[in-house]
Amino acid sequence: MIGHLRTWPIVLALSILSAPLVLMYAYLFIDTVTNSPPRSFIPNEFTLEHWSFLWETRPGRPSIWRVTLNSLLFATSTSALVIVVSSMAGYVLSRLNVPGRAYFLAGVMVLHAFPAITLIVAIFLVLQVVGLYNTLIGVILVKAAIDMPLGIWLMKGFYDTVPWEIEMAGIQDGASRFTVWRKLVLPQVKPGIFALGLFAFLLGWGEFILPQVLAPSGNAQVLSVYLAGLIADDNNFDMNLFKSVGLFYMMPVLILFFFFQNRLMNIYGGGSKG
Amino acid sequence: MRILLDKFSKSFGDVRVIEDMTLEIKDGEMLALLGPSGCGKSTTLFAISGIHKVTGGRILFGDRDMTGVPSQERNVGVVFQSYALYPHMTVADNIAFPLRIRKLPEAEVKRQMEEMANLVHIEALLNRRPAELSGGQQQRVALARALVRRPNVLLLDEPLANLDAKLRLEMRSEIRRIQLETGITAILVTHDQVEAMSMCDRIAIMNAGQIIQIATPQEMYRNPRTAFVAGFLGSPPIAFIDAVANNGMLTVEDADIRLPVPPNAETPPDGTPVIVGIRPENLGRDGDAPVRGRVSFVETQGRENLYDLTLANGRVLRSIQRVSDDVSLNDEVEWRVRSDQLFLFSQNGERL
Ligand SMILES: Nc1ncnc2c1ncn2[C@@H]1O[C@H](COP(=O)(O)OP(=O)(O)OP(=O)(O)O)[C@@H](O)[C@H]1O
Ligand SMILES: [Mg+2]
Repeated sequence: MIGHLRTWPIVLALSILSAPLVLMYAYLFIDTVTNSPPRSFIPNEFTLEHWSFLWETRPGRPSIWRVTLNSLLFATSTSALVIVVSSMAGYVLSRLNVPGRAYFLAGVMVLHAFPAITLIVAIFLVLQVVGLYNTLIGVILVKAAIDMPLGIWLMKGFYDTVPWEIEMAGIQDGASRFTVWRKLVLPQVKPGIFALGLFAFLLGWGEFILPQVLAPSGNAQVLSVYLAGLIADDNNFDMNLFKSVGLFYMMPVLILFFFFQNRLMNIYGGGSKG
Repeated sequence: MRILLDKFSKSFGDVRVIEDMTLEIKDGEMLALLGPSGCGKSTTLFAISGIHKVTGGRILFGDRDMTGVPSQERNVGVVFQSYALYPHMTVADNIAFPLRIRKLPEAEVKRQMEEMANLVHIEALLNRRPAELSGGQQQRVALARALVRRPNVLLLDEPLANLDAKLRLEMRSEIRRIQLETGITAILVTHDQVEAMSMCDRIAIMNAGQIIQIATPQEMYRNPRTAFVAGFLGSPPIAFIDAVANNGMLTVEDADIRLPVPPNAETPPDGTPVIVGIRPENLGRDGDAPVRGRVSFVETQGRENLYDLTLANGRVLRSIQRVSDDVSLNDEVEWRVRSDQLFLFSQNGERL
């Protein structure tokens, strides 16, 4: 009980401090399903008109479902690419005696520290030359490449915790190096792969700059670009529509977090507990 | 299967760990590789299993030269010190893994897996995961997994090091029982002389990458080739004192001790400095050569007492005797040495 008395001032202070945030989120939601008279915070009618973007496509804009599908494709593909490459590269860097391993690791680290935005002009030119500008594939490749250094380092860290003897035992048991990796080592780093996949998915889902620059229009547009298009449109500016789309955009992320938050924490734990 | 290391050498970069080692392990025998830490025991084991490539010499299984054959094809069973069980698999899957890799039919896999589980007494644990087993049980699983594919040779790298004292005793006899029952050729790496003596048919004692002596435990205990071997076997260990040959006797200066030359040694020329090794069981109430000193340490082990006897020149001998109450700390005593059981070594440790 004493503990309770001691902590209530802190709880109060925190409540007051976070009230603006809570209000912001509350209004984000409330505004998408109501209308308020001008200059008032109190809504006076319930409406679904702000969500109408779900069933009717606005003139001059792609269908929301097309864009959502693009976002989904973009996030899952980058995540899959990052998982596949990192889980292999991480293993090689952790276990095999590759020449120049230390330099490679340092190089990967530098790449990770490099702000992707500084490369964007060069990437833009490259994509144009190879004909992947304004395609989903092009931007997927770029995004995956940018996420990969972190993924490789992370997976190397997970592999480093797997005891060396397990692999030797597998080899003695007659398994090839690849089978050992597939059947014995990979299962030990499953938590890492899962966390990395989720992480890469969320990064892909939230990515804005790359698609905006490299695949801005038409069939390749993703949700973040669509959303930005709304706010940039001076002719028919609609704040509530913007909020509705924003909420729609956030939903998958919230759901993922809700279900997988524990697994996601693993990325910081880095252990082989699963 | 007979294993032969023929002039085998191994170096890591510039570090020469093993040089020209020749070692034969007979078919069906259990051999201990005994030696201090860092002498190259594990290196030898890993060379046999194929984990390390040798830098020189040959490794033969039976008549087949295995030197360049990859680990997977050598069919060697290894039990690692940490057991190295596959944590994500059940005990049953762990044991079956080598068979499944060999693509045996599933019914056959199951039959052999269960047979092996029965042999090592873990039938009741088949559905557990390694994390849910005690150290001794994990050890049994590791043994079963190593044995299930009937390997040419079984290699055990300090298999008991992670167990507590009581379990170690139990697993010691279990491993030996399983080895005898399967009749497999086995090499046990250890730095515990009790383990080596109690489990193995023969002991190869190693130091600094060299085999010093290979013999049965009894023979090695009775007839050590060097002072190093004598010092390694026996617990409590042998004690060494410096002496000088003098008229067919060995005199210990400033301690007033004269010992006859044991029958197992040639009488060294007068004035030769020698090292005399006296095992604790050979110093006590009965014997032929008197030794005077002060009891500087008493430790009871229940049935026996262990004494340290400090001589007049400050050197210490050890004695192990039936428990009795007539000797206490700091008593001046005159005990006797069984001089026919002494060992004589030259200054550089070679047996005379
Ligand atoms: N990969 C390696 N690179 C360089 N030197 C090594 C390597 N592995 C072992 N050594 C050296 O070889 C020597 C023998 O090592 P080994 O592991 O065989 O000793 P050991 O007899 O098994 O000792 P322990 O009882 O401590 O396990 C040691 O001096 C060690 O430093
Ligand atoms: Mg070792």
